[in-house]
Formats: sequence, structure tokens, C-alpha cells
Amino acid sequence: MEYAKIYNQAFASFSEGEFVNLVAMLTALQNQLFQLPGGDIFSQILTLVIYAFIFISIFYGQRIQLYIMLREVEGSLYKLKYIRDEGRRIAIETIKEIGKPQTDPTVRVDRFLEYFTISPQSLDPAGVVWKLEHILDVRDTRFKDEVKLIAPAADETQANNLENTLEAAMALNYIYKVIRHYYLLGKKTLSLYIIMQIQMILPMVMREAEAYASALKAFAYGQPIGDGVGALVAAKLMHGYPVRKIPKDCVVATVPFEGRTAYVIKAEGPGGNVGKPGDAIKTIIEENEGKIANIIMIDAALKLEGEEIGEVAEGVGAAIGGPGVDQFKIEETILKYRIPINAVIVKEDIGDAVSPMRKEVFDSVDKAVERIKQVVLERTKEGDKVIIAGIGNTIGIGQ
Amino acid sequence: MGQKSASSSAATKVSSFVLLIIFVTLAVALAALVLAVQAYSIGNDVVAVYLLFIGFIGVALSTYVLFQTRQRMMRLRIETPPITTTIECKKCGFKNVREFQRGDYIFKEVEPCQKCNEKMLITAIYREVREKGKTSFPY
Ligand SMILES: [Zn+2]
Repeated sequence: MEYAKIYNQAFASFSEGEFVNLVAMLTALQNQLFQLPGGDIFSQILTLVIYAFIFISIFYGQRIQLYIMLREVEGSLYKLKYIRDEGRRIAIETIKEIGKPQTDPTVRVDRFLEYFTISPQSLDPAGVVWKLEHILDVRDTRFKDEVKLIAPAADETQANNLENTLEAAMALNYIYKVIRHYYLLGKKTLSLYIIMQIQMILPMVMREAEAYASALKAFAYGQPIGDGVGALVAAKLMHGYPVRKIPKDCVVATVPFEGRTAYVIKAEGPGGNVGKPGDAIKTIIEENEGKIANIIMIDAALKLEGEEIGEVAEGVGAAIGGPGVDQFKIEETILKYRIPINAVIVKEDIGDAVSPMRKEVFDSVDKAVERIKQVVLERTKEGDKVIIAGIGNTIGIGQ
Repeated sequence: MGQKSASSSAATKVSSFVLLIIFVTLAVALAALVLAVQAYSIGNDVVAVYLLFIGFIGVALSTYVLFQTRQRMMRLRIETPPITTTIECKKCGFKNVREFQRGDYIFKEVEPCQKCNEKMLITAIYREVREKGKTSFPY
């Protein structure tokens, strides 16, 4: 063919070693692939374009890929910014609506969003739990005071909800800033690896951000969230019986249950609150001088993809998330008195856990109660005392 | 939500320039396709093939980008599914389902029952998600 000759001439300067082979191969390939009608100027232009394309992708392929990745991250960053701004707006609006502040809360909210907590040094891990607890207590007090200042008219329930709302807004702000940091760093250095790292985890980060965004809305309105399923189970069991407060921010009711005496514990609702179930369980155990036959904890747990939402499963151990202080305390106490501990979990994914409770999760409450009954019947004798602790954020759930 | 429309219009503002480019490309591509038909009818086969080629690539590219931007805009909205509150009368079993209102919580005592004047109780608050295209997954 005529143009094959032209290219052999054009690349004569490269005609050394294997490169010639490559060109010959490509030419042969092109002869077979691009048999367009007529060997005229059009097909020559087309072949030129194809060669240009091949060389561009050889030498600039990575660069192009890098820009595509950057664009992808940019798109997500744009969305994150939108979510962050929405969260901030909802938080401020809710504060204005129920807090009735004298001055504009925007400045204070913006300052609050930048709030940080330094976790204790764990180089010498002995006793780090107590340090962590102390730091978290300080943080909690500080947040509560801040909310009281921003929203003086809010009652306790509303203040708790506002605190949760602001915390979600804070998380969104932080996610946005971290992604922006890596995006700008990647743009500045044009390092494929920096951009690749952020692009790889982006789907997870976006899911988390969306979860926080819907959590924020639920908190602002005071709607029960998926994580509250444990608290809801406890509420169902204790409803109608007298409740009393126990440390910290928890309530307990003594409920006759299948011939046993059940101490049902949950965080005090209906404000957004997880309480300190570790302290509550410890208090009840010590009140009974360790004479507790069994502890059953109910909590929401993250499901694996493919598992059904609202599935109820059963196991052993302290079913409680968070920073680990409460789990540690519970384990310490039950070790001291050698009390067996069982767990009933309701499965949901991260998005469902923090957004308004889904019907499937709500319906699983009855199944969970049935499971608890079974465990109590199998694991304890009549007349025994058991602790049933519903773990989770009790927002929108009374008792 | 009133503010939602405002912020989503900001999202469309950014992409309006992109949209213009997409539509221009689409128009050019369609013109190329028309020209291709014309060229074919006068018997200029070679030109027709190239115009067809250009036209198809143009159409494919612009519709792809258009679809992508549209999808991105759709994804930007934080949707809030309706949340329902179920109120029940313990005495006569009268049930009332309404939309969630701020201040509702599970086990809250609300207005008296229409039938027996007993105080009613909120027994459920949840959202119903319609599963979009639940695929049969054999494993
Ligand atoms: Zn009634």
C-alpha cells in the first residue's frame, strides 16, 4: 500500500532495532483494520490521527489518566462542599428556630465546626481508657455549654438534638476539608499516587458523607435513627413500668420478664443521647452485689453487603460501639463478678444506621424481643435477675 | 424545602457553559450526519463514510457527557423520604397514620382518641423505602 511506504519513510530516522518491527507490525495491523474505501487523502489523514493517538497514549497516557482522576475527585469535592454547606445551613436554621438566640449564631456555629479533640497519648497504654473517658467528658461538657450559649431557649431534649446536629455538621466539615487537602495536594504535586489514594477511597468517603448528611437532618428534626433500634427494644420492654434515672444519662426499669426480674436499661430519651451504658450496667450490678445471672445487650450492627436489612443475630460479648470506654467498663465489671454476657444485634448498613429508622429495622424490634426471650429462657432459671441493655442513640424514642 | 431549589440552581449554573458546548457539538454532529446522507445521495461514497463516522462519534460523545452531567446533578440532591408517625389508642385500637411533625417521639402521649377520649400514644416512627429494582441475587 502507498501510505505504508510513506510511513516507513517518515519513521526512517527511528529505523533501529525493534522499533522498526513495532512500526511494521502496526502498519500491518492498520492495513487489516482500517480498510476504508479508497486510498486517498482521507485515509491518510485517518492513519496519521491513529498514529498520533497511539503515541499520545504511550507518552502522555498516565498524565491523561491523572487529569481524569483529578476531575473525578473534583466532582466529588464539589458535592461534599454542597453537602457541608447544606448541613451548616440546616444546623443554623434549626438553632434559630428552636434556640431563639439574641444574636446571629452563624459566627459561633462556624467556630464550633472547627472544634477538635486530641486523643490521649497511648505510648504507655496502661490506664489510657480513663484518660480517654476524661477527655470525652470534657468535650461533652464543653459541647453542652456551647449549645446552651448558642440556643438559650432550647429545653434539654432539644439541646441534646442540637448537639447531635452540630456534631454531624462538624463531621461533614472535616470530611470536606480532608478531601480538599488531598485534592489540592495532588493538583500541586501532580503525583499520581496522592491522587490515586484519594480516588480509591472516595466511594466509601462519599457514602459516609451522605450518611452524615441524612443523620444531620434526622437530628435536626428529632427523628429516631436506625442506630436507635437497641434503645427502641429496651423502650418497648420497659414501657408502662416505672423508670428511674441512673448514671450517666440512662434510665432503668425493673420489669417482670418470663418469671425473671429484668433490669431494662436504655439511654434517657427522647433527646439525642447515647448515655453511658457502661456506668449504668456497673451501677445495677453493684446494687445487686453481682448477683446477676446474665446480661443481654441489644445493638445495631453493620451488615455486610448482601445481608438482609433488619436481620437479627445472636452471639456473645459486649455489643457496643463508640470509642470503647463503655465496652471496657462493662467487660471489667462482668469479669469481676464472672457474669455471662450475650448480645443480640440488628443488622443495617452505615447509611441506614444514621438516617431515619427504616420500616424493616422498626419491624425487627419484635423479632429481637423474641430472641431476647429465648436467650433468657435458655440461659437463666426462674427467679434470676437479668440485665437487658438497649444500646444506641435514643433520639426520638421515649420510654 | 425552599432553600433546596436555590442551591440546586447554583449547581446548574456551573454546568450551563458545559451544556452549551455539549449542545453545539450535538448540533454539529447531527449536521454531519445530514451531510453524510446528502453526500451518499450524490454518489460521493468516501465523503459520506467519513461524515457518518464524525457524526456518530460526535453524537455518542455529546450524549454521553450530557448523561453524565445530568446524573451528577441528580445525585446532588439530598433526598428526604416521607417519614410517618403511627398513633394508636391503647383502649379501642384506633389507629392514625400521619406525617412526622417536629416534637414527635415514640411512646409520646398525644391528643385524646376521637372515639373514647383516652390519651393516644405514638407507637411507631419510620420511613418506608421503596426498593428500586431489587435484583435477584442467587448467592
Ligand atoms: Zn380510643
